[in-house]
Amino acid sequence: MLGQIGFGVVAVMLLFTAFRVVTARNLVHTVLWLGLALAVTAVVYVMLGAHFLAAIQIILYTGGVLTLMLFGVMLTHRDEGFVAVQNPSGRYVAGGLLAVSVFAMLAAAIVRTPSLPATPAPPVSTEALGAAFLTEQVLAFEVLSLLLLVAAVGAIVMARRRDAGEEGESQGAVLPERKVLPLRQPQPDAESAPVAARASGGDA
Amino acid sequence: MGLSAYLLLSAGLFALGVYGLVTRKNAVGVLASVELMANAVNLNLIAFSRFLGGHVGQVFALFAIAITVAEVVVGLALVIILFRARGDVRLELMSELKG
Repeated sequence: MLGQIGFGVVAVMLLFTAFRVVTARNLVHTVLWLGLALAVTAVVYVMLGAHFLAAIQIILYTGGVLTLMLFGVMLTHRDEGFVAVQNPSGRYVAGGLLAVSVFAMLAAAIVRTPSLPATPAPPVSTEALGAAFLTEQVLAFEVLSLLLLVAAVGAIVMARRRDAGEEGESQGAVLPERKVLPLRQPQPDAESAPVAARASGGDA
Repeated sequence: MGLSAYLLLSAGLFALGVYGLVTRKNAVGVLASVELMANAVNLNLIAFSRFLGGHVGQVFALFAIAITVAEVVVGLALVIILFRARGDVRLELMSELKG
């Protein structure tokens, strides 16, 4: 009984925070709601007996990903980003319909599956997880570490600002940016309005 | 609570992520929606691992978490490049390749 109430409270919190993630107007609020949703997911992991994964979720997501996304929002922030952008309502209708149909499909599949287990198996210890990582899953573990290295190096190379002092491709890299800059400041909406109108026409 | 309750919760989370993926215009907002969907998938994996026994589900979820983090790093680097080149990260403005 108590477990059911706890599950209900956590489920409602998780769905509400996720709903706010996709509906909040302010992008910073979106990212903060995302952090809350991921933290509540960690609570669900604890309820499922996966304590190590809950800790990893908190450390990696709310510690790392959230900070990165806040950096992303603030580095690419412009003033009109905080004003409500005019959004064609057809997109909301299409998104809502798609989401409802996806959920209906999944829920029908879940409900109609016979004999889903209702009682949990014994929980997995962190020791067993660690042993699995270094024995039977060791190849995937090493490939994953390579992937992380490549991602880190790639992100640094991609996001690095090329200074004018560099030789070689630096001229090609600096020149287009200087050309774009004056376009950027005077009128952000003059060119975006017809594009948005065209997009909405395509949606409808 | 049985396994189906967790699966339904995860399905709801995934559907909300789909909604955000369609309606969001800012590239960072789209990334946040993708995070929600990946999170729903991880929840599924862990729920199955808990109710069916065995540790493989949790190992898989750990791999998925690490890969998602790498994806966010690369995605945000792309967003920053986009901003540097175009001065805007609203995705509906990126329509050069539209016929």
